[in-house]
Amino acid sequence: MSDYPSSYRFTRDHEWIAVEGAKGKIGITSYAQSELGDVVYVELPKVGDAVTAGASFGTVESVKAVSEIFSPVTGTVTEINAHLNNAPETLNQDPHGEGWLIKVSLNDPAEVEKLLSAEDYQTFISSQQH
Amino acid sequence: MRYLPKSDPVRQRMLREIGIENVDELFAHIPEYCRLTRALDIPTGRSEPEIIDFFRHCAALNAAGYTSFLGAGSYYHYRPSLIDNLISRGEWFTAYTPYQPEISQGTLQAVFEFQTLVCQLTAMDVANASMYDGSTAMTEAVLMAIRVTGKSDILVARSVHPHYRETLVTNTHHRGFPVTEIPFQPDGQIDGSRLEQAITSNTAAVVVQSPNFFGSIEDWKTLAHLAHSKNALLIAVITDPVSLGLLAPPAEADIVAMEIQGFGIPTSFGGPYAGVIASKERYLRSLPGRLAGEARDSEGRRGFVLTLSTREQHIRREKATSNICTNQALCALMATIFMSVYGRRGLRELAQQNLAKASYAAGEFQRQGMEVLFPAPRFHEFVVRLPRTAAGYQPRLTQHHMIGGLPLHRYYPELGETALFCVTEAVSRARIDEMVQLYSGQSQPSLNESALAGARQE
Amino acid sequence: MSTTPRAARHIVQNEELLFEISEPGKAAYQLPELDVPPANVAALGERARSDIAGFPELSEIEIIRHFTRLSTWNYGVDTGLYPLGSCTMKYNPRVNEFVARLDAIAGAHPLQPEELSQGALRIMDLLSQYLLEICGMDAITLQPAAGAQGELTGILLIRAALQARGNARRLVLIPDSAHGTNPATAAIAGYEIAKLSSNAQGTVDMASLDRLMTDQVAALMLTNPNTLGIFEEDIHRIADLVHQRGGFLYMDGANMNALVGRARPGDFGVDVMHLNLHKTFSTPHGGGGPGSGPVAVKAELEPFLPTPVLTRRPNGALTLEEDRPHSIGRMRAFAGSFGMLVRALAYIMANGSDGLKQTTEDAVLNANYIRTRLKDVYALSYDTPTMHECVFSDKLQARKADVHTGDIAKRLIDYGFHPYTVSFPLIAPGAMMIEPTESASKRELDEFIAALRAIAQEVDTEPETVKTAPHTTRVSRMDEVAAARKPRLRWTED
Ligand SMILES: Cc1ncc(COP(=O)(O)O)c(C=O)c1O
Repeated sequence: MSDYPSSYRFTRDHEWIAVEGAKGKIGITSYAQSELGDVVYVELPKVGDAVTAGASFGTVESVKAVSEIFSPVTGTVTEINAHLNNAPETLNQDPHGEGWLIKVSLNDPAEVEKLLSAEDYQTFISSQQH
Repeated sequence: MRYLPKSDPVRQRMLREIGIENVDELFAHIPEYCRLTRALDIPTGRSEPEIIDFFRHCAALNAAGYTSFLGAGSYYHYRPSLIDNLISRGEWFTAYTPYQPEISQGTLQAVFEFQTLVCQLTAMDVANASMYDGSTAMTEAVLMAIRVTGKSDILVARSVHPHYRETLVTNTHHRGFPVTEIPFQPDGQIDGSRLEQAITSNTAAVVVQSPNFFGSIEDWKTLAHLAHSKNALLIAVITDPVSLGLLAPPAEADIVAMEIQGFGIPTSFGGPYAGVIASKERYLRSLPGRLAGEARDSEGRRGFVLTLSTREQHIRREKATSNICTNQALCALMATIFMSVYGRRGLRELAQQNLAKASYAAGEFQRQGMEVLFPAPRFHEFVVRLPRTAAGYQPRLTQHHMIGGLPLHRYYPELGETALFCVTEAVSRARIDEMVQLYSGQSQPSLNESALAGARQE
Repeated sequence: MSTTPRAARHIVQNEELLFEISEPGKAAYQLPELDVPPANVAALGERARSDIAGFPELSEIEIIRHFTRLSTWNYGVDTGLYPLGSCTMKYNPRVNEFVARLDAIAGAHPLQPEELSQGALRIMDLLSQYLLEICGMDAITLQPAAGAQGELTGILLIRAALQARGNARRLVLIPDSAHGTNPATAAIAGYEIAKLSSNAQGTVDMASLDRLMTDQVAALMLTNPNTLGIFEEDIHRIADLVHQRGGFLYMDGANMNALVGRARPGDFGVDVMHLNLHKTFSTPHGGGGPGSGPVAVKAELEPFLPTPVLTRRPNGALTLEEDRPHSIGRMRAFAGSFGMLVRALAYIMANGSDGLKQTTEDAVLNANYIRTRLKDVYALSYDTPTMHECVFSDKLQARKADVHTGDIAKRLIDYGFHPYTVSFPLIAPGAMMIEPTESASKRELDEFIAALRAIAQEVDTEPETVKTAPHTTRVSRMDEVAAARKPRLRWTED
């Protein structure tokens, strides 16, 4: 089982966010990528787009499934991981690192407190696996 | 019943193995009030010769052996004999959609070839495996443009096939996408200045057919420039793919929606035909319909699979790019065979013959002092103004086993008494001459001819 | 029963792409000599192209061999049992093909004068009458090009009828067992989708329906028998509830092969339905199409039918009427996929009322025979009695050896059969959906059953063989992931 970095926060929809001050980096969890299987395409918002906590900002596709990605926080997109366009497999290989999706500036950094800790998230996914 | 591979004793044996006595028990869970307790009011089964007799009889009530000058979205081009011969192989026509690539490589490779041929022909980057027909391809191209641009206003040339425009309206009006028609100029082309006035930053797509419904050829470059100046997409509509043997492809357009019936698919009273959508690479993810892509198997051998299926209804359901499932695969195969037969040089020669025959026929009308409308360059269709009601000519044409041009009054009342003629390579000069004479009134029915007509009716 | 296995070896030739066997200077065409002055191409100026780069140049024999070789890589109904659930892969009679190609039928132009089209219109009229009798409905359009377009036509008819009553409403109710075209269609028609969960029997849950069926629901889209092959026993209560709340009952008729001559949707409360002529009425699937999806309606919806509508003039002549003030409009160019209508009519005539009923009974008998003979080795997804198809799950095999429905399907290919439908309906995890149709003999069914039983044993003894199947095809499993990551959708010269 992969490591869930203790400095990250998680959602029940299987996204993570790494926060530094008012900036955050968002991705999907190792559990999410393994459930989805081989990722073939990632659709991301544009820099400058607004994202809303709990609302979808993009999709991740495998050959036979499409999953929406929900934002853990409310804010504005400052950067997207364009590398994923040519190498979507990065999401499978390094979901918590090189496979990040977007960077955002947070409207309200306190929002992060409502998210799950790494430990809580791991408890949550083990309850999901039957 | 000759299609059922079972005898009654075998049926009985199978019922016993299931553990029941009577087939009715298999239907027992249908509530009684739902059951049909009488026989259907349909005659009992008929033999093959009886069936053939019936359809021969129907065929005889249709125009048989006529020379036709109809086009308007359905074209008479010669269909090479190998088309029906090849597609009659059961492995082609009795197969399902190629969802199991290991036993569908034939269909998949043919689809890949079709996609490639369409790209070469239209100068687009990607093409799908087929849509229902040209009209639904155009409609889906418009919906695609709305998705891509995030805008909703549609401008469509009035010289686009009337059925295509009606289909577009059926599919858009309930969703509140406004459709505005752009008129044509006296020379037959779209009115560029009216288009320039109508186009706004809310315009999602400009939809233009070329050769248009009147046969006139439009100028893609100028149209693309206009559309792109307001970030709208240009959708090029083509109703006879044979035209692309000779005419410049709509390389400047963003999406091409084409009817491919002209490539070896029978006119068959309106269907089945096939449409296709081709586009620039950047719109690939918004493309509706199936796509075949190259793949490697576990031992590195080349093969083909259906790919990018996440766009489609069976995966994305209500968020799919389209609801299309069954498409027109066998018709696309006919077109692929047709394109293989004519090929790089033949398609050009074929298109040239069409141009030659149609301009000869138009010239003959003019020689007889009749007005051919719309002087802009044309392909194989043209409009003639008639001194009398267009339909009034048909009885005499019928006597000569001919079907004349399409009366336009119903579609374009503003044109008055006019008819749209299509002349392809399939019509001989002698028949063209005969037809022009019948329209120009140069040959009055002689006594002999009237007698002949009377005799035919008896 | 025969002991010869269905699958055997045979020469299969390789064949490159058209573009790879093309050589400059070859030709498979010859046009008749031009009998008019040659075209003035120069006058076209920039409107003309000089070449079609990359277009192939081939001879006739090469084209024949190309498409013949390609065809041998396919599996068709003519090859053998094709038990794809929901697809009704039945025999495609040859007389259908013959009559559809008669000169004045295949060569009829859609816009030719009415007086020269009476034969074509008569075919459409007779087919309409027969289909209405089979469905128990009041009026019909033959225009839709396939099932999905039939669905769209039907939902637009409902929208128009509701609009005429004052409110088109907002939602369409769709069971979670439905085919993907149902929700996709409702969305295109401008509706939001409300998902209706099935109950433990795999049918409509009346309590959920009662809760969800509000005055905002335009229609319930129901497949009956549903995609599990189960007849909705509560159909009358369902219809009553939908009607009481001002909605319409739409029936996806993809599964009519279970009902023809035995039950009529019009008699159990359906307001509008489509048929798939390419399933129930034997028109060939053609490697993915064409199909045809006529839509039959109750009288209330008749004024809204798409134009043109087939009617009779006072003098008895048939005509395609365009002037219909309440019509939803045209769904496509011309009047329908006529060639498919010809084939469907030939099928109905060949069967007659007696043959149609026997066909339905044989289809249901075959599916139940398979169900009975396999239910000890594969788990049934639902215990409820089924009609023309049966759905197993890979539950036992997945638990034992991590072998899944897709693996078993691929292994069937090695035994000489086309796979069943994999992983549909979505409510049956690991679904193996089997629809043998009436066209399978007992002998073929026994062979198919034996194959599936043998595979169940292999799952115990040599699961790897199943997981890596097929082993006998010209290509093995394709890397669909790589194909989707770097799509190559056309041939290019490099
Ligand atoms: C249950 C069901 N509904 C709808 C459809 C769609 O029909 P078509 O493919 O003709 O559009 C299908 C067939 O694929 C089906 O099985």
